[in-house]
Amino acid sequence: MSNSPGDLAIEVVDLKKHYNGRAAVNGLSLSIRKGEVFGLLGPNGAGKTTTVEILEGYRRADAGSVAVLGQDPSGNSAWLRSQVGVMLQDGGLYPGAKPLEMLKLFAAFYDNPRDPLELLDLVGLNESSTTMVRRLSGGQAQRLSLAVALVGRPQVLFLDEPTGGMDPRARAITWQLVRDLADSGVTVLLTTHQMDEAEHLCDRVGIIDHGKIVAEGTPTDVTNAGGDGTIRFVTAAPVDLAALSSALGLPPDAVWEERPGHYALPGPATPNLLADLTAWLRDEEITLAELRTVRATLEEVFLRLTEESRA
Amino acid sequence: MNTRAVAAQTRLELSMTVRRGESLLVTLVVPIGILIFFSKVDAMQPRRGSALDFLVPGVLSLAVMSSAMVSLGIATGFERRYGVLKRLGSTPLGRSGLLTAKTLNVLALEVFQFLLIVVASIALGWKPTIGLVAAIGLLFVGTIAFAGIGMFMAGTLRAEANLAAANGLFLVFLFLGGMAYPLERLPTALESIARLLPAAALSECVRGVLEPAGSIPTRELVVLLVWAVGAPLLAAKKFRWEE
Repeated sequence: MSNSPGDLAIEVVDLKKHYNGRAAVNGLSLSIRKGEVFGLLGPNGAGKTTTVEILEGYRRADAGSVAVLGQDPSGNSAWLRSQVGVMLQDGGLYPGAKPLEMLKLFAAFYDNPRDPLELLDLVGLNESSTTMVRRLSGGQAQRLSLAVALVGRPQVLFLDEPTGGMDPRARAITWQLVRDLADSGVTVLLTTHQMDEAEHLCDRVGIIDHGKIVAEGTPTDVTNAGGDGTIRFVTAAPVDLAALSSALGLPPDAVWEERPGHYALPGPATPNLLADLTAWLRDEEITLAELRTVRATLEEVFLRLTEESRA
Repeated sequence: MNTRAVAAQTRLELSMTVRRGESLLVTLVVPIGILIFFSKVDAMQPRRGSALDFLVPGVLSLAVMSSAMVSLGIATGFERRYGVLKRLGSTPLGRSGLLTAKTLNVLALEVFQFLLIVVASIALGWKPTIGLVAAIGLLFVGTIAFAGIGMFMAGTLRAEANLAAANGLFLVFLFLGGMAYPLERLPTALESIARLLPAAALSECVRGVLEPAGSIPTRELVVLLVWAVGAPLLAAKKFRWEE
């Protein structure tokens, strides 16, 4: 990444936040360029929401510096609030109001709002425009929250687990919407538990654990850097797992049986490892039915990184 | 302050207030009901003057309490629960704009209550006095005191506890407020407690200015002012925007 400070929509340096003596965010740094979709991934309690809420101006940092569009979000700047769209993890809507009322209310807060009816259509809620918010399904309420976050034409959009309760179709609509916004120059910071969402939607991801970024980059980079992949093979005859492991110079439990006749061992699938494997099978006179090398998935990398730091 | 945003928020607050049946019950039906019932049923002997002379100041004070403490407090508590306060805080409306809109909502509701009660009282045979002008000032001070109490509970208690507390306090203040019957009817110990509460202080002050050649009782005025300063200060200090 090479950017002048003017290209950055969000900059976080060594952010720290404690609750009752426990560190929720512990030295987190992060730079997001304008027009980028950045995904913050992490297990529950890793510090995702705390980080996002500091950027939204809801909480103050204990230490470190935070800038959104060059301004400190805790500074209560009306200008900054007019440039930022927020979708909370849940809530934020009057249960006794109707979707169109909510959108018209928020439209009145901004100088050049989007058309409420058009937005309802965009998130697929035009048929529910006069249903009370309390009667909307979880996914519908989330889509309304998203529409409310967009009504002021924000430059920066914060989405805290935006698709958590959505059905697949609503999720697809949301992804397309976020991509279109990013293409028009909007910066998006989202948190998610869903690895497919991160892979489909995000230009870059940061995996956060114990209040720190433990891996960062494009989904492909993070996956390649963090995972060695797996070698899987299927044989006609049973394999002695311990014998094979030791022949490959690996610990005794390195090769495992996923189900009868289906075996796996950790990558990377180097030419030497594959040659040693097939040589051992030749010596044992075991015929291969199938041999595959599988690249690591973002999910595997995520689980490994967030488990390692727990061990 | 963004006036367009405050105007839109005030409109929404008003339409939400009108939509809440329980809010209309406590702000309109209960005060008017007490006015009519106790003026027609000879349930007490006023110290002087007619039953209406006693009831009108009490019911005006009750109306202020129902809007500023109960209706405002309960709505705000639930908005806090549902993250509405939090979400509005990150818009150009901001927290100060939101508080302004809530204030305007309460005042609009109170103007409507005031007119309704005065018209109903006249229809029942009450003779208005010039003291009504001074009463408006006192009712405004009472609004500040009761809004402080309502917002303190809304910003510190869970939504359900706040609902129970606001309704419970409404009943306590009604019984101990010199609103439907004179304070002297209470047992002496209870009466001395009642005289330290904002409800009795407000109704006695309003009664003072509405009486012909009446004046504001000093002790009650001091009690009212203490509540009007203390309650909002405490609310501002303790209020949490998120549950």
